[in-house]
Amino acid sequence: MSTLIVLPIIIPLVTACLGLLAFRSPRIQQALSVLGGFGLLTAAIVLLMRVWTAAEPPGGILVAQMGSWPAPFGITLVADLFGAIMVLLAAITGLAVLIYSVADVDMPRKRLLYFPLVHVLLAGVCGAFLTGDVFNLYVCFEVLLLSSFVLLSLGSERAQLEGAIKYVTLNLLSSAIFLSAAGILYGTAGTLNMADLSARIASAAEMGDGSNSQSGVFTVVAMMFMVAFGIKSAVFPLFFWLPASYHTPPFAVSALFAGLLTKVGVYALIRFFTLIFVHDTGFTHTILLWVAALTMVTGVLGAAVQMEFRRVLSFHIISQIGYMVLGLALFTPLAIAGAVFYIIHHIVVKANLFLVAGIAHRLRGTSALDRPGRFSIYSSAPLVAVLFMIPAMSLAGVPPLSGFWAKLVLIRAAIDERLFAYALVALLVGIMTLFSMTKIWAEAFWKSPPDEDRRGAPDEPESAARPPRIDRSLLGPIAALAAITVAIGLLAGPVFDLSTRTAEQLLNPAGYVRAVLGADHHRAATAERKEEPAP
Amino acid sequence: MNSTILQTATRYLLPMLLVISVVVLFQGHNLPGGGFIAGLIGASGLALHGMAFGPKSTREALRINPATVMGVGLAAALGSGLFAVFMGLPLLTGIWFNLEVPGLKTIKVGTPVIFDIGVYLVVLGVVMAIVLSLLEE
Repeated sequence: MSTLIVLPIIIPLVTACLGLLAFRSPRIQQALSVLGGFGLLTAAIVLLMRVWTAAEPPGGILVAQMGSWPAPFGITLVADLFGAIMVLLAAITGLAVLIYSVADVDMPRKRLLYFPLVHVLLAGVCGAFLTGDVFNLYVCFEVLLLSSFVLLSLGSERAQLEGAIKYVTLNLLSSAIFLSAAGILYGTAGTLNMADLSARIASAAEMGDGSNSQSGVFTVVAMMFMVAFGIKSAVFPLFFWLPASYHTPPFAVSALFAGLLTKVGVYALIRFFTLIFVHDTGFTHTILLWVAALTMVTGVLGAAVQMEFRRVLSFHIISQIGYMVLGLALFTPLAIAGAVFYIIHHIVVKANLFLVAGIAHRLRGTSALDRPGRFSIYSSAPLVAVLFMIPAMSLAGVPPLSGFWAKLVLIRAAIDERLFAYALVALLVGIMTLFSMTKIWAEAFWKSPPDEDRRGAPDEPESAARPPRIDRSLLGPIAALAAITVAIGLLAGPVFDLSTRTAEQLLNPAGYVRAVLGADHHRAATAERKEEPAP
Repeated sequence: MNSTILQTATRYLLPMLLVISVVVLFQGHNLPGGGFIAGLIGASGLALHGMAFGPKSTREALRINPATVMGVGLAAALGSGLFAVFMGLPLLTGIWFNLEVPGLKTIKVGTPVIFDIGVYLVVLGVVMAIVLSLLEE
């Protein structure tokens, strides 16, 4: 049982390790990496199935104690439904990007250990999704950030380094805040095990009905974590690093980042503000609600004025993050289920759009939307155009694709809470997203190049008359991700069931605590608290 | 840089630093020390060599590429953790043996030692990769 939980961390690490040993041959690294990607995907599927079918309703929670040290003292790995779903999504994105990289990433980068780095990043991401310990989460964040720093600046192009500096600076700042918050939390609560923290903060809040000093300290720490994870997940007003850096590295790298990295931040936000910091939801979750609405609106408005393919998509990441945070902030079972559904939909779609952007760049010769490309993709490569249309329409929320159901659930949850303004914002942002997607469609895919008057020009090279062939290893991952998007849309019922069970689990911290610490720990901790004299 | 003072000093300092790094590595289980700090001490000696004699001669003296050192180290650390998994225990559980050395007292050898050696090699490899590529700029 415990072996299964560590596999999603071990498989990428072993692959990275073998890749390092084969540093002379990028070909072997490539083959190993794709194989490792398949291994990770298999492990992730098995893990999710085991968690789903585990005996205890509603959905089991698998726990492993690293090094056999018992729970509040050692490092605990926990796979509940949410964690297992995130690991599966990371595995899907990882595999798609790895296959795409074979043809997309150039040889110098492959020589500089590109493939092992991607696997180290995946190990960090999976570790962050599975850990049950705050400090271990910090370590996993550092692992994935350090490899992302290198991946972002690998190749040392001018624009790349400019983006990397902004990315590194703001993410280091976020890590510093994260670490200080963890320190204060450890000083106050005396533990960093998430389950233990959840139990202690809950009993502290019970004791002092919100007004006692310790509960206040916990709220301060909660806000520090909110800022730290807010920077990582690029919410308003902390998102500036994202559109400044995501359009600079190779397309495969930006797809990996767009699919996974901000979502690790969102994952941490959801984990912390459903499991640990639920002692003062009237305060913390109201702030999240504001943040969510502003993130949605600023993101989509930012996208409206951009005229570069990946910059438009980058701003859309921000506005989509807003939807997920909205689900968390509403804090009802339906809303959390909506947020989980949204993450499932978003990771697949967003990674795919960045991959399509890579192909569009190859075909048009430019990523600028306001400059004419060499070819009209719609007439020269209609398959690519269709493969763009699926994730793009899904992102905008056109039925019956996955984005429609995700938005529907969230808007329904907002209406149920009588927060009509927020439902309206979510709807309008959806329409604005559609506007941006049609802009990309019209400019990059539909518009034919002004070739009538240029064809006869003598300086036009002959080869430019025919569009470059698109490798199958580039199209394959895109088609597979598009198929997953369609499948989520058509099988919205089962996916929604999964999200609902996940939400039930998330909103029941006691179940998590029981799974990690055992049945009688919670009662013992509460009894011990009650005996202490009030400060 | 071509300084006789630095080159002469390095000839004496490098072996000393390497020996100290190994001592710190092995005393780390019960006393201050361990793989990380030992790796840094060892790497500082090699970095000194790189500054005194140039990165090219350091690469020749090392014979092994830093990437291989990293890979071997990572493999050792991972392997020490996986050892427990093959015995049906959770990852990274320490497993100890009593090694009977004839004529000497028994030595306790365990997987945490291999883990520390792995960390040592990873740190050494990473720092050397960074220092050498900076010196070659």
